[in-house]
Amino acid sequence: MQIFNHFGTYLLFLRRMISRPEKLSVYWERTMLEMKNIGVGSLAIVAIIAIFQGAVTTLQIAYQLVSPLVANPVIGSIVSDSSMLELAPTITCLVLAGKVGSHIASEIGTMKVSEQIDALEIMGINSRAFVASPKIIAGIVMFPCLIIISIFLSNVGGIFAGYASGILTPDEFIQGARESFLPFNLAFSLIKAFVYAFIITSVSSYHGYKTEGGALEVGSSSTKAVVYSAVLILFSDYLLTQLLL
Amino acid sequence: MIELLDLHKSFDDLAVLKGISTQFKPGRTNLIIGASGGGKSVLMKCMVGLLTPTQGQIIYDGRDFHKLGNKETRDVRREIGMLFQGNALFDSYTVEENIEFPLKMFTDMTPAERRERVDFCLEQVHLEGINAKFPAEISGGMKKRVGIARAISLDIKYLFCDEPNSGLDPVTSRVIDELLQEITEEFQMTTVINTHDMKTVFDIGDHIIFIYEGNKWWEGKKSEVRTADNPELKSFINASYFE
Repeated sequence: MQIFNHFGTYLLFLRRMISRPEKLSVYWERTMLEMKNIGVGSLAIVAIIAIFQGAVTTLQIAYQLVSPLVANPVIGSIVSDSSMLELAPTITCLVLAGKVGSHIASEIGTMKVSEQIDALEIMGINSRAFVASPKIIAGIVMFPCLIIISIFLSNVGGIFAGYASGILTPDEFIQGARESFLPFNLAFSLIKAFVYAFIITSVSSYHGYKTEGGALEVGSSSTKAVVYSAVLILFSDYLLTQLLL
Repeated sequence: MIELLDLHKSFDDLAVLKGISTQFKPGRTNLIIGASGGGKSVLMKCMVGLLTPTQGQIIYDGRDFHKLGNKETRDVRREIGMLFQGNALFDSYTVEENIEFPLKMFTDMTPAERRERVDFCLEQVHLEGINAKFPAEISGGMKKRVGIARAISLDIKYLFCDEPNSGLDPVTSRVIDELLQEITEEFQMTTVINTHDMKTVFDIGDHIIFIYEGNKWWEGKKSEVRTADNPELKSFINASYFE
């Protein structure tokens, strides 16, 4: 039953968050700042994950496709498609659920336990909207950008690993990737990024906002935010794949 | 003026406030005293709108706070300033940005006008020149004063202070008390202070209510506290001397 209780309060949190901003310019400024924190701040980890993900996938595909009847460009096409359809959006977002989600939950949780949220409320500011909406908007805008970068770097990692190990040449990899490219796959990847961004930022904001107590509870909210986000990402991954592919 | 009429607040079956009625007049430092767990903080949270009373009315200059519409509630809230026990300054903002924040949100002042107002507020709390510092870089007493400066940055009519002296040394406590009395008189605000510091009571208590087990047990002035024949109040005062 507790899951329904959580879901209900989460929906109420989202509903109460929707209101006319007290001052649009302040919200805009905060959204830009969050875009920098979430987007630029996550670039390095996204790049590292993407490069190694592409490299390892290339080596594993080559290991499994040992038949001389399979042409080398097929490896490029499989790596490129799986990066676009699954690895870049899902794996990257699971890592971002840890990085961005825990940061959001602990930031808002600390604001809650140190009465900063109460201070906003007393000033007549919709505290839910003020703390959460810039983060959600920033996530929805920046995650798809990060995923595009991730797809690109994943292919770069694959090209590098294929070339370094002598499995296939960069030209063969690119030929395979180009032949199998479908614009819908990219759109599907961006839809996933959009949904995951909303899940991570809103679920983490919700867990941060309902923190009560002290430092221990802030840590606990942060953990819950990551766990719930990760589970919801996996669930929505299945749902989106079933619906759209 | 703030008027409380038969205010009750319960959490499930636990009655925390049991029918409190009083008036807090402007230009006076109104103190709410009482032991921890007696209902002081709940009373203040009801007054500022962080909690909704189970029964009773809170009237801000003729406006029944908990019966107002959204816009009217926001209007009243913008006349309220609050100094929190833990300061509640925004960690990621500098002192200047903290004080400037309500001005940015609710006024159309230019950046130059806002800076001028920030300097004026800092001057009022005797903290000139610390604009660029972050809350983590200043002392507890300074944080309290920045909290006061932020609270008065808009032209507020009602100032609420929750344990303004907690965690401060006696000298700094005195400075904060004097400051609160000074700005109350200067801006003719209705100031309500939650405290269990008897020094504050004897120094600045223009109007005092003593809360005991959720009831208003005694009401009077600082000159009457020592001679009050209320046994619970006497015991509270005596206990305070041995702290």
